[in-house]
Amino acid sequence: MLRQLTLTALAAAGFASLAAPAVAQDTVYVPLLTYRTGPFAGSGIHIANGMRDYLEMLNQRDGGIGGAKIIIEECETGYDTKKGVECYESTKGKNPVLYNPYSTGITLQLIPKAAVDKVPILSMAYGLSASADGTNFPWVFNPPVTYWDGASVFIRHVLQAEGGNLKGKTIGLIHLDAPFGKEPIPVLEALAKEYGFNLKLYPVPAAQMQNQGSVWLSIRRDRVDWIYNQGWGAMNPTAVKEAVKNGFPIDKLVGVWWAGGDDDARAGEAGAKGYKTLNFHNTGAQFPVMQDILKHVFDKNLSQAKREQVGENLYNRGVYNSMLIAEAIRTAQRLTGKKAVNGADVRRGLEALNITEARLKEMGMEGFAAPVKVTCTDHNGHNKVFVSQWDGTKYVKASDWIEPLKNIVRPLIEEAAKEYVSKDAGWPKRTEACDAPA
Amino acid sequence: MDLLFKVFIDPFLQMGAMPDLLVQTLWEGLVSGVLYALIALGFVLIFKASGVFNFAQGIMVVFAGLTLVGLHEKGVPAWLAVLLTLGVMLALAVAVERVVLRPLVNQPDIILFMATFGLTYVLIGIGEFIFGGEPKQMITEELGLPRGAIDVAMLGGRVTFQKIDIAAAVIASIMIAALAVFFQYTRIGRALRAVADSHKAALSVGISLNQIWAIVWFAAGIVALITGIMWGARSDVSFALQTIALKALPVLILGGFTSIPGAIVGGLIIGIGEKLAEFYWGPLVGGGIENWIAYVIALGFLMVRPQGLFGDKIIERI
Repeated sequence: MLRQLTLTALAAAGFASLAAPAVAQDTVYVPLLTYRTGPFAGSGIHIANGMRDYLEMLNQRDGGIGGAKIIIEECETGYDTKKGVECYESTKGKNPVLYNPYSTGITLQLIPKAAVDKVPILSMAYGLSASADGTNFPWVFNPPVTYWDGASVFIRHVLQAEGGNLKGKTIGLIHLDAPFGKEPIPVLEALAKEYGFNLKLYPVPAAQMQNQGSVWLSIRRDRVDWIYNQGWGAMNPTAVKEAVKNGFPIDKLVGVWWAGGDDDARAGEAGAKGYKTLNFHNTGAQFPVMQDILKHVFDKNLSQAKREQVGENLYNRGVYNSMLIAEAIRTAQRLTGKKAVNGADVRRGLEALNITEARLKEMGMEGFAAPVKVTCTDHNGHNKVFVSQWDGTKYVKASDWIEPLKNIVRPLIEEAAKEYVSKDAGWPKRTEACDAPA
Repeated sequence: MDLLFKVFIDPFLQMGAMPDLLVQTLWEGLVSGVLYALIALGFVLIFKASGVFNFAQGIMVVFAGLTLVGLHEKGVPAWLAVLLTLGVMLALAVAVERVVLRPLVNQPDIILFMATFGLTYVLIGIGEFIFGGEPKQMITEELGLPRGAIDVAMLGGRVTFQKIDIAAAVIASIMIAALAVFFQYTRIGRALRAVADSHKAALSVGISLNQIWAIVWFAAGIVALITGIMWGARSDVSFALQTIALKALPVLILGGFTSIPGAIVGGLIIGIGEKLAEFYWGPLVGGGIENWIAYVIALGFLMVRPQGLFGDKIIERI
């Protein structure tokens, strides 16, 4: 009898607690399209870890962003465009505030959907270069630089090294034979005309990423002076190894920022010392933001990364990406006065993004990255880039910040954006209002 | 006219003008070819014993390589790790025979083929669960494999022979020869050939089908480990490596699915053919032809010999 009474009392208490008015916490839902499996996992895992850990740190340290807890959900794409679109379709009903496709192929598929579903796309330093034109692509953002900026910075670096004259020089682009890999071709062709160098293209099909022998023989035959590597995943360590193996001067092999994984350079062992990659943020774990990640995420066993990977180039890339996400949400909250912002609000937040030196310092990122400013017309910023160089154990900053050749890149972007839009008769004209910069 | 010159004359002029590069290309093709032959051999062994195209051979290469490197990372000495990896591949062979093949005896070949698809994804999942998705560096030095290169001045230029490539060619050749001898002259080899001819006839003379299947899957596992070590040393061990294994498909089309000499000759033709094609004719179409030209070469041979270079000509009574 006593037992029955106790159970009844417990049940009543439980029911009462369910019936009590719950205080719903404000949340923002951030889906992360990541890849921890497949041929590109070697690059994808580090970025996924950095992205997740920064957002998790904000949850742990600050309770989220502006009082709204971040709901983080990863969806595995395997860097496969079909799976990426499936991830998008399966998560778009959960009120996402933005999407990070983390693949140029997936980005290209999602661009037409963004304006329809009212969820912005943040393709940080990847995706369609032309989407930097905010007038034609109000829902797509690709700060802080485009692939076209990157290619122009590479040429500026070569110009500096070659005493300002590239006439008669041969510059090669070794690239993944996929939309991502082909992106810098138009601007390199334009720059070849401008500076009089000979451009050679070396496509590497995905199935041949680890079988580049004949590509590097062609590079030897063509007596290429400099190589720009637009590679990803297993292509990069193989390219570094082949360059070493073929005796190509390693300091004349320069990777786009995605070809700058620590594992990419390690694969070349001692011969990889001197390998270069473009970068728009620093490496290392000495920044206060990284220390906060170690304290609030690693010390609580909430990360999937190894502790020593904090500070590596691609891990820091993921952190930088999530910093942009968080700042866009924060700006949207300030513009709307809401905590639980939605996709349309965050689009405004992205468009008014203005990360100053002072703000970087507040975030524990002083010296980590350069300021970023996005406007309604310029969704990229075409910010400065520097050259990192592998010193045998880590990447170190090896140049000053270099300004992209905006006078060449920006007109090409506007022209390409117009061409993209003109091919789609139903492409919506921009109707979104423009907020004042933050 | 210009196009005809570029296709039929210019590549040969290039070969004459830069003979050192021709030798280098042939060497690269030879090394790739020997490795393709080794991969193809793994397919042939299983096809001969069970009539199944083992789609899982590619992931077996990755799985064996990752097991070796993973064990070494846990502090196991390199050569002990090799032995333990062989033990894992043996366990895998027995498990495949018990769990996948035995319940499917007498099912159509396509069912067994689909089962190897399933096995591929199971092995990918287990591999990623145990070892993670990050690429790993092969323990080349610890295994005593040579490093560095030999530069030889010849034909007015230089030809570079990577020591690891020489080792790969030698080890793969020894492996191929050993397997050929084993299956040609030993009792188990004869039993395998009997099984390949007819399961029922082999069973009627007392050959254990289950035992033969476990043996050939283990032999395919050994081939996978050698391939994983050699190709892993040339690039690294990652899940991207499994796509390389599919290069065995044109080799098998060319050499025939049941012929060990076919796998060897087919591998060499495809390896050398694709490198020459990419190097001399690739620039005409913007490069990147290596991926599909192997199939063009194989199909070209098929037009002359539909059963492949060394494949059995099937004559059926109707």
